[in-house]
Amino acid sequence: MTAQVKLEKKVLSENDRLAADIRQQLKQYGVVALNFVSSPGSGKTSLLERTLSALKDELNIGLIAGDVQTENDANRLRQAGGRMVQPLVTGGACHLDAKMITRVLPEFDLRRLDLLIIENVGNLVCPSSYDLGEDMKVVLISTTEGDDKPLKYPGMFRRSSVMVINKIDLLGTSDFDLERVKANARQINADLKIFEVSCRTGEGLESWYEWLRSLVGNNHQK
Amino acid sequence: MHELSIAQSILNTVLQEKTSRQLPHILKIVVHIGALSDVVPDALKFGFDAIKQDTALAETELHIEIIPVSGHCKACGNDFDVQNFVFTCPHCQSGQIQMVRGDELHIAYLEVEETPSTGTDSS
Repeated sequence: MTAQVKLEKKVLSENDRLAADIRQQLKQYGVVALNFVSSPGSGKTSLLERTLSALKDELNIGLIAGDVQTENDANRLRQAGGRMVQPLVTGGACHLDAKMITRVLPEFDLRRLDLLIIENVGNLVCPSSYDLGEDMKVVLISTTEGDDKPLKYPGMFRRSSVMVINKIDLLGTSDFDLERVKANARQINADLKIFEVSCRTGEGLESWYEWLRSLVGNNHQK
Repeated sequence: MHELSIAQSILNTVLQEKTSRQLPHILKIVVHIGALSDVVPDALKFGFDAIKQDTALAETELHIEIIPVSGHCKACGNDFDVQNFVFTCPHCQSGQIQMVRGDELHIAYLEVEETPSTGTDSS
């Protein structure tokens, strides 16, 4: 004879609880938090280097640079002018989770921060399940990847609020179709805000900076 | 491959529940995995079977039910099954779709051995 015991419990309830604490803390100090996700090599670190160089005198940006191994990305971001860069080496784990963020968050003086950017591990699957307490996820895709990537990784594109298409200077050198990638992404998530940029030439970056400024500005008015 | 950490969370949660509710032998754990939850069922089962050894759940089966994606159209109110992750209302073509199901990562219920009325001893 068997009996059923109802549980209805979220598997990641412990992660979600920690993420809610982080969100609460960031809100208290008026810090906007973005979780950057992409495949390896889409240009997350390049976009952040550009962003730091351009905005370092306007906004106080804190960075958590997640990587499976090495602090190379954190070092690059410091060289780009990042004053508050915290490396987070997972030592093999394919994603960041809220517990890891809880561990490094005390390294930041939240009173001084406007914006916290978390650079997740390059992976479009695993990071999608883990809430880090961010306000939104920003997903990057580059023109050297397949333009059907949103269809292949619908979970990540559905959960993201912003999509940045990088390496537009290379358009035309591959079969990547800009309109098709946007249509594919909007099919998964009609509300995605989309930027088209080249971190190499700088094309399109001004509107990305402007959006970050307004994001922080709106938050300060609250 | 984050299924191993998901499996670990399931194992920890159920072991905690077993202790706190003083549950008898657990035969089966039924989890609901949304089709959009980015979890691979086989990998999750494989991970769970590997780590359950030497725990009180060594004999417990992990049963996975996949929950298909369904949506609610915010424009016309239509409820529908989302096919191939196309979040477009088949009725009015709007893309303003609220996801109703398909995102789950839940431990739904446990199947336990039914014990005699006192429920303290298992024979």
